[in-house]
Amino acid sequence: MAQTKFIKKESLSAWLEELGQAHVVLAPRFEGDSIIFRPYDSEKGFFIDREATAPPKKAIFPQSETLLEYSQIKDMENLTKIAVDVQETIPTTTYVVFGGRPCDARGFTMFDRVYLDGDTVDVYYKARRENTCFITLTCEKGATTCFCNAVGSGPSDSDGSDLLITPVTDGYYIESVSTKGEGLLASSLLTDGSSMEGEATKYKQTADASMNEAPDFTGSPEKLLAVFDNGGFWEEMSDKCISCGACTYLCPTCYCFNITDEANGLKGTRIRSWDNCMSAMFTSEASGHNPRPAKSNRLKNRVGHKFSYYPDIHGGVISCCGCGRCIKSCPVGVDIREMVKSAIAYVDPNAKEIPAPEPKAKAAPAEKPAPKEAPPVAKTVAPEPAVAEPVAPEPAVAEPVAAEPVVAEPVVEAPVVETPAEKPAEKKAPAKAKKANAKAKKNKKKKPASKKKGAK
Amino acid sequence: MQNLEDLKEQVRKALPELDVVIGWTGGYDPLHATPHFIRRDEDIDKLQVNALCVHNLATYLPSLRGKKVGIIVKGCDSRSVVELLQENLIDREDVTIFGFGCTGVVDQTKIRRIVGDVGNIDSCEISSSKVKVSASGTEHKLAMSDVLSEKCATCRYPNAVLSDHFAGSEIEATASFEDGYKDVEEFEEKSVEEKFGFWLKEMDRCIRCYACRNACPMCVCRDHCVAQSRDPHWLSQEAHVRDKWMFQVIHAYHLAGRCTECGECQRACPVDIPILLFKKKMNKEIKDVFDYEAGINPDATPPLMTFKAEEDKIIERKW
Repeated sequence: MAQTKFIKKESLSAWLEELGQAHVVLAPRFEGDSIIFRPYDSEKGFFIDREATAPPKKAIFPQSETLLEYSQIKDMENLTKIAVDVQETIPTTTYVVFGGRPCDARGFTMFDRVYLDGDTVDVYYKARRENTCFITLTCEKGATTCFCNAVGSGPSDSDGSDLLITPVTDGYYIESVSTKGEGLLASSLLTDGSSMEGEATKYKQTADASMNEAPDFTGSPEKLLAVFDNGGFWEEMSDKCISCGACTYLCPTCYCFNITDEANGLKGTRIRSWDNCMSAMFTSEASGHNPRPAKSNRLKNRVGHKFSYYPDIHGGVISCCGCGRCIKSCPVGVDIREMVKSAIAYVDPNAKEIPAPEPKAKAAPAEKPAPKEAPPVAKTVAPEPAVAEPVAPEPAVAEPVAAEPVVAEPVVEAPVVETPAEKPAEKKAPAKAKKANAKAKKNKKKKPASKKKGAK
Repeated sequence: MQNLEDLKEQVRKALPELDVVIGWTGGYDPLHATPHFIRRDEDIDKLQVNALCVHNLATYLPSLRGKKVGIIVKGCDSRSVVELLQENLIDREDVTIFGFGCTGVVDQTKIRRIVGDVGNIDSCEISSSKVKVSASGTEHKLAMSDVLSEKCATCRYPNAVLSDHFAGSEIEATASFEDGYKDVEEFEEKSVEEKFGFWLKEMDRCIRCYACRNACPMCVCRDHCVAQSRDPHWLSQEAHVRDKWMFQVIHAYHLAGRCTECGECQRACPVDIPILLFKKKMNKEIKDVFDYEAGINPDATPPLMTFKAEEDKIIERKW
C-alpha cells in the first residue's frame, strides 16, 4: 500500500539536507544558462520549475565510469613474466535524484530491459540502479516539444520513480511508488498527506489536459522497417542533421557506451563512456569498413532503434520517453516526431499495387496511404488513421510532413540526390540491410559491447 | 527581411539548375527557425528569412561537394563560404550564393534569460527593433538590442561578402574591429588563475557531444577528429574537465586564422558554454600578428597556410 505524505514547500531544502546525510542528493540547478543536476548544495539551492537541460542520466549511467583498474607486475627474475593485477570497481555510493520529471525517471526503465532483464546482467548498472532513488516531480504542464503522452506515459507517470511529488497548496503531496522510496519517508518534516490526495489528483488532471495532442506513432515498428532500405527517404530526413551527439547524450533513454583502456605506464583503468550512434566511430570496424558511412545511416539507426527495433523485441515498448530534449536542444531543429510520422505516412511510389502513384502523390499525400496500405493495417492496430491525424494536430510543422510522402520523387531520381560516397552502400543495401538490421536487433541486448569494443 | 519575395524569385529562377538550395523555414515553435532544403518549387514558399535564422548553412557545403548547391547566406555565413573556397573545400562553380542585407539574428539564450520558460510559445513577431513573444499566454516585448546575438551587435559584414544574387538593399555597418573584441580584452585582464578557474567551471558541464565541432563550418575533419581517434589515442574518454577543455583548445588552434566567428560552436552547445571566446582570442592574435581576417577575400591565403621567411611582426632573432 502506497504511503502518502505532505511536505511544506519551505521544508524541502531541509529534507534534502537530511537525505544528504546518507546519500548523495542530485538536484537540478542553474549553471550558466543551463539547468544541470548537481550534488545538492543548500547555498546554491535547486531549480525545479522547468525540465532540466540535461536529464539526471549520469546518476546511473555516468558519462564515464571506471570498470576496473589494472596494473602489470613484472617479475624481476624473469622479465618476460608479467602478472596482471585487476581490481573490479563496483560503485557503492547511494544517490537520491530529486526534482527530475516523470520522463527522466521513466527513461531508466528502457535501460532496465537491456541491462538487467536480459541474459546478461550488467553489474555496474545494477549496483547504481539499486543504489539510486528517484524523487520525481509531477509536471505542471506540457511544452511544445513534450510528447510523453504519445509513448505511453504522461506528466504524472510514476513508472521508474520511487517517490512522486505533486505540488499542492503550500507544499507537495508525496506518494511512494516503491519500497525503496518508502525508505526515504522517515523524516519528521513529512506529515500525513491523505487529505491532499484530491488536490493532487486535480493537479495531475490539469497537467494531462495541458498536453498537446499526441502524435500517433501506431505502426512505427513495421513502417520504419519498410523504409529501411530507402536511402532517398533517409537522406532527406537527415538533410539538416549535423551528426553531433547532443540528442543522444541528452536523451534519458539512450544507453550506448564505448569501452576504452586508459593506460598509464604499467597501470591503467578500463573505462566505459557514453557513445552515440550519430558518431562515425560508432560502427567503425577494425578492418576500416564502416557499415554506416553517412549521417543518414546513423540518424536512421537512432530513429529505428527507438521506434522499431527496440519495441520489436521488448513487447512493443517505444524506447523514447517523450521528453523532447532531442528536439529543443538540437542545434538545427531535427524533430524525431516528424521523422517517425513521415516513415509511417510514407508511400512507395514504385509499389506494384498502385498503378499511377505520381500524380496522386502530389495531389493528396495524406489520403493516398489509406487504400494502398490496407493489408498491413489489418495486421497492426490500424495505422491508417494515424497517417491522417499526425498531419493535422501540429499546424506549425504539418506542412513539411504533408510534403514528405511526396518525397517519393527524389527516390526515383536517386542518382541525383545521392552523394558518391553513399551510393555504393545503398546499392549493396538489400543484403547489407538485413545484416545491419540483425545487428541492430542484436544490439538491443548487448548493444554497447557489440561494437568496436571488440577491436580493443 | 524586407525583400523576401525577391529572394524567393531568385531562388525560383535558379532552382532548375541546382540540386538543392539551402535556406531556413519555421521550426518546432514560432520562436525557432530550422534549416530548410529546397528541392521542389513548393519548398520555396516555406522559405523564411528573419532574425530567427541563426544557423550558418555553410556548414553543409563540404558534405554536398559534387552537387550543384544554392545557399542563402547572412553576411557572417558568407565569410564561411569564402573561407571554404580559399581552402579548396568547395568548388566555386558548384555553389550559388544568395545574399541579403542582414540586420542581425537573435540569441535564443538571451531570450530564455528574459522570458524564462520558453516551452510554450504561442506567437512571435519580429521587427528590426523589437521581438514580441507570447509564452504560455504572457506577452513579452523585448527590445531587439537586448536579445541580439553578440556577434551582430558588433557586425562589420552585414552584407554577403561574396554572392551571385543579392536581395534587398545593403545594410551599413558601423562597428570597428576593436568593438568586436571588448569581451576578449576584458577577459585578458583577469589573472591566469581566474581565467583557468572560469574555464574549469564552464567546461565541467560539457557533455562531449561535439555539437560545437559539427556545427562549425570550418571543422572539416568530420569523421576523423582527434577528439575521438583511438589510434593515436590523443584524448582520454574520461569525463574529466581536463579532456573537455583540451578539446576546446585543439579546436581553437585548428581554427586560428580560419574562424570567421559565426558563433555556431557556442550557439550549438546544448549546455551554453561560452566557447566562442576561445576562437575570438585566436582571431585577435591573428589580426595583431598577421593583420589578417578570415573569410573576406576568396583569393587571399590564410596566414597559417603559407610561409614567409621573415614575418613583419615576428622578430625571431631578437628573442
